[in-house]
Amino acid sequence: MTIWRRVACGVLLVVVVLSLAAGWLAPAGYAKQYREEAGAPPSRAHWLGTDEIGRDRFARLLYGTRISLLLAPAAALLSTLMAALIGGLAGYLGGIWERAAMAFTDLFLSLPWLFLLITVRAVMPLNVSPLFSVVVTFSMLGLLGWTAAARVLCTAAAGLRNSDFVRQARAAGTSEARLFWVHVLPNLKPVLYAQFWISIPAFILSEANLGILGLGVSEPLPSWGSLLKELEGLVSFGEEPWKFVPLVLLVVVVTSFQLIISKQEEVGA
Amino acid sequence: MIGFRGRRIAGELLRISVVAIISGFLLPAGMLSAQNGGELRFCLHSEPKTFDPLKVEDDASVTTRYLTGGVLVRMNRQTQALEPELAETWKVSKDGRQISFKLRGGLFFSDGTPFSAEDVAYTVQQLMDPALHSPTGDAFRSGPGKVETKVASPTQISITFPAPVAGLDRQFDQVAIMSARSPKKEMAVLGPFMVADYKPGATLLLKRNPNYWKTDAQGRKLPYLDSIHMDIQTNRDVELLRFKRGEIDLINSLDSESFDKLAATSPQLVHDAGPSLDTEQLWFNEVSRAPLPAYKKEWFRSAAFRRAISQAINRADLSRVVYRGHAQPAVGPISPANKFWFNANLKPAAYSPDAALKALQAEGFWMQDRKLKDKAGNDVVFSIITNAGSKARERMATMIQEDLDKIGIKVNVVTLDFPSLIERMTQTFDYEAILLGLTNVGLDPNEQMNVWLSSSENHQWNPQEKQPETPWEAEIDQLMRAQASSADPKKRKESFDRVQQIIVEQAPFIYLIIRNSLSAVGPDVHGANPVILPPQAFWNVEQLTVKQ
Amino acid sequence: MLWRKIARHGLVCLATLLLGGLLSAFLVRFAPGFDVDEAQLDPHLNSESVRALQESRRSQSNVVKFYLQSLERAVHGDLGTSISLGQPVSSLLRDRAPLTFRLVGMGLLISWSLALGLALSSAWLRLTVYEVLTTSLSGTFLCIPAAVLALLSVLWNVPGSLAVGMIVFPRVYRFVRNLLAKAYAMPHIMTARAKGISELRILLWHVLPVAGPSLLAVAGVSVSLAVGAAIPVEALCGLAGVGQLAWQAALARDLPLLTSITILVTLVTLLANSSADVIGHMLRGQRA
Repeated sequence: MTIWRRVACGVLLVVVVLSLAAGWLAPAGYAKQYREEAGAPPSRAHWLGTDEIGRDRFARLLYGTRISLLLAPAAALLSTLMAALIGGLAGYLGGIWERAAMAFTDLFLSLPWLFLLITVRAVMPLNVSPLFSVVVTFSMLGLLGWTAAARVLCTAAAGLRNSDFVRQARAAGTSEARLFWVHVLPNLKPVLYAQFWISIPAFILSEANLGILGLGVSEPLPSWGSLLKELEGLVSFGEEPWKFVPLVLLVVVVTSFQLIISKQEEVGA
Repeated sequence: MIGFRGRRIAGELLRISVVAIISGFLLPAGMLSAQNGGELRFCLHSEPKTFDPLKVEDDASVTTRYLTGGVLVRMNRQTQALEPELAETWKVSKDGRQISFKLRGGLFFSDGTPFSAEDVAYTVQQLMDPALHSPTGDAFRSGPGKVETKVASPTQISITFPAPVAGLDRQFDQVAIMSARSPKKEMAVLGPFMVADYKPGATLLLKRNPNYWKTDAQGRKLPYLDSIHMDIQTNRDVELLRFKRGEIDLINSLDSESFDKLAATSPQLVHDAGPSLDTEQLWFNEVSRAPLPAYKKEWFRSAAFRRAISQAINRADLSRVVYRGHAQPAVGPISPANKFWFNANLKPAAYSPDAALKALQAEGFWMQDRKLKDKAGNDVVFSIITNAGSKARERMATMIQEDLDKIGIKVNVVTLDFPSLIERMTQTFDYEAILLGLTNVGLDPNEQMNVWLSSSENHQWNPQEKQPETPWEAEIDQLMRAQASSADPKKRKESFDRVQQIIVEQAPFIYLIIRNSLSAVGPDVHGANPVILPPQAFWNVEQLTVKQ
Repeated sequence: MLWRKIARHGLVCLATLLLGGLLSAFLVRFAPGFDVDEAQLDPHLNSESVRALQESRRSQSNVVKFYLQSLERAVHGDLGTSISLGQPVSSLLRDRAPLTFRLVGMGLLISWSLALGLALSSAWLRLTVYEVLTTSLSGTFLCIPAAVLALLSVLWNVPGSLAVGMIVFPRVYRFVRNLLAKAYAMPHIMTARAKGISELRILLWHVLPVAGPSLLAVAGVSVSLAVGAAIPVEALCGLAGVGQLAWQAALARDLPLLTSITILVTLVTLLANSSADVIGHMLRGQRA
């Protein structure tokens, strides 16, 4: 696994370096419209062709990486922490806490949060900077995306509540807070890692979908999600295969994340 | 002479036999399917909200009404001329208040109920019920008072309106006659098809109306088609996919991207009928009570500012890049496709960022570090809202963003879901600029009355003005009322030409482009001849045949 | 004792259900665009008609009153009338629920078969290359937008349930894989493996009792994930199910319809998660 982990780290490093070097690799920027070459296939000037209004797709991919690669893991971390706190703690405490948290989670899973997001857009000013909008969007995703994992964590923590090692630690006088933090939470790692890993691409895609509510990245700023949305218009796989590059890159990045995590997981286990 | 005559008869026989042979081999598709019927399949893009023809407001219901409803007169979608349908003849009084119809006798609704002038009277009374609140009824409501219907005989009726209705006879193109007596109510129809099955969210099946009255030149009963199968499909990509697979026979309104994709592989299936009546426009919020800073209101209410913005937008690029050439730069509110009402003297705003900047500088705006500032030193920044899901509008807004960047204006593009957008546009007025399109179905300027009257709810840039807030809006009000109360087409045209001129000069709407009418018709459909007016590809549905 | 427990649980579920309906009504009511109708932009409509259209929407402005009235009607079997479709909500749901249940059911079956198959084979094979491959595969499905998966199902003429399955699969797979990996890494299971006990026996006697409750919890929430996945799939594939209805209702701010759909979804969520909890408790009880 070590080789794979190294490869994964290398891949992530390359992606980060490339995105940081976007200004140098794609000096014309992500917003410049080459209107005479709109919708052009890859060429020497535009490695991944241009989009429908003539913007260089390669530049947009690099600049989009900065936003998506930074904010999606941050939001995933937020949702994972919330799941750990709400689900894990409720499961560990048991009793009424567990019942209340689970009823709350079930309710949370079922409500049409779309309308909350629409309201959030309404209270934001129209002339908000694209970056502020995207930060708010990812924060909302983080705050809303913890439920499924919380339920699994609750069950897992409930199983640990009365396990031998927890009883022993409790008998040895360990405080409940320390018990939870040192003994319970590390045992919940498989679920926490799964939640973190799933959330990254899920949030990247959700960000693009929230464009319909006026949230997410606004023009002309690019994001991976907005590039992936281009795939929705493809009627067959054969046409314009270069549009799949963002998808391939995202899969590579997500797989790399998992390979790094799974190494940790083995240690944790 | 005899020989000559004999040769002539022989020649005639030969010609007939050749035609017979040719038609036997070459025409079976049309002729046989005319006898065998066939099913036409296409997609509706939304759920039909109602089958009651008088309450129709959404596109899917309009389509259903066109296919099932029998009307007194029909505007030929190709020639734009009015043609007799259930009415053999009609006459509009000089004052434009009364219309008399002579109806065809011996006709029956789809359920067998006989048709008479009583049904027309019933339909008009239902339509003019003040509680109905339907677009079709409101189009006739030109003044307070009751509508009178007078049935002189089963085939003769006159209808008198309390005030003149401009283009009165044309309005009847939208009025599907309902039966006064049929227990099936709105499901008893006089049109070529009738609703046979409706599965909400999935399909709407129409069958040929067995009692439909029309026949073709050979005396065969119309329509040729046995049925029409409509799938409710909101996604245009899926619709295109299904068309390519031959699962549906036509696409009525294609976007330019799909058009080009299809044209690349099957050029014979796509039709560009030229400029439609539909415009795309941008407008600024000029509402005095809008929650905007005073300095922004001052910009937006300045005609010079609006004209400068109009001049800085590269319309040729919008139509070439966003619509791939399937659109024309717009001049004013009326498309050149509306042959009679289009004001041909109007010239399009020439694209010139330099001239736009100069005009703004003359108004006190100034540049600093590539940023435009107003007299008080505020950065010129505003947002353009458009509805989410319209790729073309999002792209246009992004291109305008870059165009205006050249004159130092920063534009934020915001896409919103439609209800949120409508709320900002009509209730909270919390917006700066909106980019939307206007779909024009009718040709008459009266159809746009509620857009131009300053007191109207649909006077988008500044609705419900108690008094016209500007002299030019007062002039538009006066001109629109004048054309509505006149029965003289020439005078009406003069008034409306001036309205168009004022709109171009004052730029309350900055017209961007006029979309072309694009459609696709499958290889099995015969007789299709797509036009610019809806329903574009199947306006002549009675004449269509589909090879089985 | 058992009956009291069941009654208490039932009461909590009922309260959650009613609260779900009320909260969803609040969310819809206070989101922008509640009392507007696209139809009011029709230039043919005069001012009176536009105002009448707005007034008809405002009759539901008081959410609490609306909700109480709806509950009163619901007791008599009337769920109200959809604003956007003009049809009784109960008949809309009755007509469309079977399709969604089939779609979600099949989708869950597909996703779980694939996820369990891959996770177990990965645990048994213990090959790094295989692990990387399965991770990449699930990662790929995780990264493809749901709309693209739905479009592909239309393109390739495969049932929509496959699209739902492929949307849910990677989410289920990661949890299942991680939970199984942890269970297989436990010392007593490693010892059992070293002793050469059959993999099936290890799975049934040692792994499932450890990972079972958590796997059941994943199964419970996967129902919610599948219901969520059904919305884009139904909307894009033109399938007349509750998911498509929910999407239409959301766009039209159809309060009666949205409230009923939320209550239905809450009911399904509660049933799925409660069943998972109950079976999980039983498993844990057996172990104890």
